[in-house]
Amino acid sequence: MSHIIVERLSKIYGSGDSQVAAVSNMNFKIDSGEFVGVMGESGAGKSTLLSVLGAMNTPSAGRYLVDGIDVYGLSQEKQADFRREFLGFVFQRFHLIPYLTVLENVMLPLTCADMNRREKQARARAALAVVGLENKWKRLPSEISGGENERVAVARAIVNDPPILLADEPTGNLDSRNTGEVMKLLCRLNENGATIVMVTHSAECSAYAGRVMTLADGRLVSEGRRPIEAVSPSFIFGRENVCYA
Amino acid sequence: MTRKDIALKNLWRRKGKSFFILAGLVIAVATVVGLISFVTAMTHTINHQLEKYGANILIVPKTDNLALTYGGMTLGGVAFETREIRESDLAGIATIKDAASIAAVGPVVLGGVEIENRHVLLAGIDFDATRILKPWWKVSGALPGPDEVLLGAETARILGLGIHEPVFIKDRAMSVAGVLAPTGSQDDQLIFTTMGTAQVLLDKPGVVSMVEVAALCNACPVEEMVAQISEKLPDAKTMAIQQVVRGRMETLNHFQRFSYLISGIVVFIGGLVVLVTMMGSVRERTEEIGIFRAIGFRKKDVMEITFIEAAVLSAIGGVLGYLLGYGATRLGFLLLAKKEAAMVLLNPTLAAGALLMAMAVGLAASAYPAFMAARMDPSRALRSL
Repeated sequence: MSHIIVERLSKIYGSGDSQVAAVSNMNFKIDSGEFVGVMGESGAGKSTLLSVLGAMNTPSAGRYLVDGIDVYGLSQEKQADFRREFLGFVFQRFHLIPYLTVLENVMLPLTCADMNRREKQARARAALAVVGLENKWKRLPSEISGGENERVAVARAIVNDPPILLADEPTGNLDSRNTGEVMKLLCRLNENGATIVMVTHSAECSAYAGRVMTLADGRLVSEGRRPIEAVSPSFIFGRENVCYA
Repeated sequence: MTRKDIALKNLWRRKGKSFFILAGLVIAVATVVGLISFVTAMTHTINHQLEKYGANILIVPKTDNLALTYGGMTLGGVAFETREIRESDLAGIATIKDAASIAAVGPVVLGGVEIENRHVLLAGIDFDATRILKPWWKVSGALPGPDEVLLGAETARILGLGIHEPVFIKDRAMSVAGVLAPTGSQDDQLIFTTMGTAQVLLDKPGVVSMVEVAALCNACPVEEMVAQISEKLPDAKTMAIQQVVRGRMETLNHFQRFSYLISGIVVFIGGLVVLVTMMGSVRERTEEIGIFRAIGFRKKDVMEITFIEAAVLSAIGGVLGYLLGYGATRLGFLLLAKKEAAMVLLNPTLAAGALLMAMAVGLAASAYPAFMAARMDPSRALRSL
């Protein structure tokens, strides 16, 4: 059974003459453990699709199922629970809380969890270890680099061990070195079983994905695997870093 | 990381806004506490003076005579050469409904006598009742027995009499048992003796000229007691001396009501300050709240964070506001009315009330901002999604 199922999904903003179909009649499935890239020009509907997959934007039509759960059939509070248990978000602009330390930011998804402070700290430290930032747990986001901020955001996304990671332009604000670091990290998480849906403008980053869906004008216009040989070696950040080599 | 941790860290980070909210609450609470403390202290002072005043009900024979003064007060008609009150009728006072509120009943028989060619007013009184009715009396010597007298200060000076010296009243040999310290009232010009002795000397057996009654506490129903006593003594005129100070009490009541009105307005403004500042804070934290919601915070979790912030500031505001209000009132009295400063006391009930009021205002004012924060659409809040 597919992990994620999207059926006839549409999202329309506005009404009457000012109506805009950000996503239109989309159908796809994503299996557990897949790494899917979502590409398209600005305004193609990528972010809208990701917000719908993130249970934060009720579609105008269609269904969104995760492991058989009709996500938008849940109440708003249950959708919050669903996000906490099933999803991890990695945002383009990191969206870390500026007055919390790195460790506290990673612990944030555990705020409502039924565990004591020591357990929460242990899990957060483990997540920081995965992203290689366990030594910077006391720092504030303003005291670390952009790449490190993004890695903290990844740690926060995985601290609850969610089966699905949603990443919106995770390398959009990073230089090439940090981009490579973050993409390596995502690959490692994918190898460990996480299902990843990543929105990206970057063909280089989409090369890490096992499958790429291309959107245009709110529609899914193509999807398929991008074989490694189809990508120019000069754009790959070290051959060993490519997930599907 | 708990919701409380997030709330406290946010308060610490936004010190300016936190201080602004705190200042609003502190000023509101301090104003209320200060006004209530002031009015309470003033009420105590006036009550204290009322108690010092002694009698607050006067019973006099019904008469058409013009008013005379006694003790600096306008009494109505006291004609001591005309009809008096039967002493036996006074037993009826003990049978009124509010008899338990009566502290003392002091009958007085008055009459003029001649001592060494001088006309002096002789008053026969119940010296036991006088202890309650005239607590300001200071006696050099002792209170008189049956053949003794107590001289007012002026009387002693004018007659040139001192303690233990003999004095003849209507050919009856008596001695001076004591001399009153000056009271500044008509008492300074009287001679006092026991009721029985005075009734014999004045040839007024079984009658009294007037009766002073002390009713306990300021909350007792003086007007009702006047009506009840009037019923028992239909031939006498009963009136509340409290009428003399009623003007002051009414002023205090007016001030009390005014202070409550001002307090209400100040509390309302304090609540508005909290509301507006919290609304601004919620708008500033749009992205942050979006993150909370995106990572799985329920609406109630977001509201709880807002309420915790409000509760912490309100609790601090309540305590500081009470201390500031109490301190300002005490300082004000020390500077302007030192004697009354001791009436301004730390009041645990008022402190608890101040804290509760601050919490109620803070939490009520935060309800709408908390609701707004919880309703925020996470995808719009984060913008990148």
